[in-house]
Amino acid sequence: MTTQVESLAHARPGFFQKYCWSTDHKIIAMQYLFTGMAMAAIGGYFAYVFRMQLGFPNQHVPGYGLVTPGKYNALVTMHGSIMIFWVAMPILIAAFGNFLIPLMVGCDDMAFPRINRLSYQIFLLSALMLLASFLVKGGPFGGAWTAYPPLSANGAYNLTPAGATMWLIAVALEFVAFLLGGINFTVTTMNSRAPGMKMFDIPMLVWMIVLASIIFMASVGPLIAGAVMLLFDQTMATGFYDPMRGGDPLLWQHLFWFFGHPEVYVVLLPAMGIVAEVLAVFARKKLFGYKTVLYTAWAVGFLSFVVWAHHQFVAGIDPRMANIFSITTLLISVPIAEMVFLYIATLYGGSIHLDTPMLWALGFIAEFLVGGVTGIFLGASGTDIYLHDTYFVIAHFHYTFVPIAIIAVYAGLTFWYPKMFGRMLNETLGKIHFWGTVIPFNVIFIPLFITGTAGDQRRVYSYAQFAEQARPELQHLRTTSTIALIVMLAFQFVFLFNFFWSLRHGKRADANPWRSATLEWTIPSPPPHGNFAELPTVYRGPYEYGLPGHAQDFLPQNVPD
Amino acid sequence: MLERYLTAASTYAHSIDHLFILIAALVGFWFLAAEGMLIGLTIKFRAKDGRPTQYITGEEKHLKRWISIPHFVIILCDIVILAGAIKVWYDIKQTEPPPDATVRVIAQQWAWSFQLPGPDGVFDTADDIRTVGDLHVAVNTTYHFELQSRDVVHSFAVPAFRLKQDALPGRTITGWFRPNRLGTYDIQCTQMCGLGHGLMAGRIIVETQQEHAAWLLRYANPASAERKPEPESASTGSIVAEVRR
Repeated sequence: MTTQVESLAHARPGFFQKYCWSTDHKIIAMQYLFTGMAMAAIGGYFAYVFRMQLGFPNQHVPGYGLVTPGKYNALVTMHGSIMIFWVAMPILIAAFGNFLIPLMVGCDDMAFPRINRLSYQIFLLSALMLLASFLVKGGPFGGAWTAYPPLSANGAYNLTPAGATMWLIAVALEFVAFLLGGINFTVTTMNSRAPGMKMFDIPMLVWMIVLASIIFMASVGPLIAGAVMLLFDQTMATGFYDPMRGGDPLLWQHLFWFFGHPEVYVVLLPAMGIVAEVLAVFARKKLFGYKTVLYTAWAVGFLSFVVWAHHQFVAGIDPRMANIFSITTLLISVPIAEMVFLYIATLYGGSIHLDTPMLWALGFIAEFLVGGVTGIFLGASGTDIYLHDTYFVIAHFHYTFVPIAIIAVYAGLTFWYPKMFGRMLNETLGKIHFWGTVIPFNVIFIPLFITGTAGDQRRVYSYAQFAEQARPELQHLRTTSTIALIVMLAFQFVFLFNFFWSLRHGKRADANPWRSATLEWTIPSPPPHGNFAELPTVYRGPYEYGLPGHAQDFLPQNVPD
Repeated sequence: MLERYLTAASTYAHSIDHLFILIAALVGFWFLAAEGMLIGLTIKFRAKDGRPTQYITGEEKHLKRWISIPHFVIILCDIVILAGAIKVWYDIKQTEPPPDATVRVIAQQWAWSFQLPGPDGVFDTADDIRTVGDLHVAVNTTYHFELQSRDVVHSFAVPAFRLKQDALPGRTITGWFRPNRLGTYDIQCTQMCGLGHGLMAGRIIVETQQEHAAWLLRYANPASAERKPEPESASTGSIVAEVRR
């Protein structure tokens, strides 16, 4: 093993070889990170455009133009698809997973480096395929990210035949990329751990990414089959989802949500993992009930497979089924609540340092709680009759997805930035960015809970047609939400400036600036090619902080007793 | 609580509103408790010089109680919410009270049309009353609806009634409502159905029994059966036509 590490370290690849054709997990992580950030900018821009239409209806949107109904549909569809498939997944799972799993389990690279490279290349192809759909005749697909047939299956209905097919192929390619990635994450964690690292010594983030990968791999198969059938319906005039020819549109809904709901936990678990790492370090505390956290994560993963039809209570399924899925859905609140309580309990007796990463981690818990409790209204079949597909749903899942894909990602980026780039971020700018993101975020979505409760339905381009919805007080709420979004987006430039400025001008980071106990902090920042000069041996769990009878307040995993 | 934001105009609207309040009270308690703990602990255990961290694994019995007791109380709360949710669901979606009248609701890209069986009480006969955009119903009358779609998936939502049901092509989905308040209420399509989805509006006009009887009489003769009765519906129709272009 040592010889291999040396030979890799001595290789001097050219620019293309190093940054575009690399099999190094750290480079691939950066490719995923920057692609994800670029896609986030596009998704954020779309949100700005359609929120402008809702806040200031039928006016020229600066930087876009007039939003017509067709364009509006395309914008919301692309915003949803991009943010979930091309932002949350590549950053949370692929970027953090690729960068951190080998470093945290103490090995030199992924188990299958070439599969890893292929995974990113397919992912990039999928992103380009999606963006290319903006250039074809009819424009991009506008049938919502859920793509219910027959609308998505038939060009005569959706009027974007090329865009719909390209969307579908892009999504399917993205799934392939993450199947390859998931295999890598799981195998690396199971087989390449440093000697001495037992199952319960694995850092929580690594566990969470592995669990997420397993959930993803187990749930995506049916949807890939469904996507192929939809592709046939679109291009070869088959009738899998066409009731006139014996097909059934509900079949797609089941296949989609059988994947779609576990997908929520696929991105939630890595976010919870990041928060666990940050909490332990900045509270100088062992994670409260490591094993219980892990078991609750398994329970969440298992339950996530039996809740999907809560998206379909009023979809025309047998109404008796709603009761069963209501029960399983509310049941999932138990392990999730328990996990959050364990995180809060970790603070007890700690010595809490409110550095930027910790602010983001605490912000995650505070905001995710809103998303969690509002989910109960939707999981309860009775209230879902009214709230289904209203802005209440939108506000609810943004209170889960923004903490996941934005807040936890910032927690992770600000925490591991020194390790990734060998420089420290500016703390003052970091704190300005934190408050400038979290406060407007609440001002965006609290009004939307109210408009949803007042009956605003989703994906509606203008409420002028609806007397009940056209009331001025509701329009004020929509405008407030739009303005808050603009403020929040503006503050993201503070982060971008901090990120790129610190790459060159930040304070140099030593190996372990946060005094953390996990393995990635035992090697220089940034880690050299091959990671560990000498592969480490592990003697204890990842969160040994405040151990009585030691001079230092933490004990790294690789230091012998 | 919901009525503050939107009128309740059907018999089951209030049972949904009450369920909403029940859930709000229970989850509101947990929300405040958790946020309080989070903020309280963060303030209390801010780093101070000379105060060492406590070494707690989370396996200690007396501390585990802080997790296990809430665990069981949450299960209890879930059971209460579920009982309420299933009761409301059962009453609205799984049982259908005997109908006073039946109406057929037909969704298509991007308009609502309605079919009333006329005096003979049978659909698809010459005396049927067909309307586009507007559905006239009588107050305090139990209606069964037969929901159909001609093309893609739509959703028949009447927020003031707290009614929502997707329409699927190829099948007829039944349901019921009983308006208990006079007025005109919005119908929204709530399932993405293509270009004109956001413009797919309709209205339900709840009239007194007498007004409704008079309205029926006016249109319940074969000569005028196929004509579109209400001038208001023309506005919706023209918007749809505009989008189709």
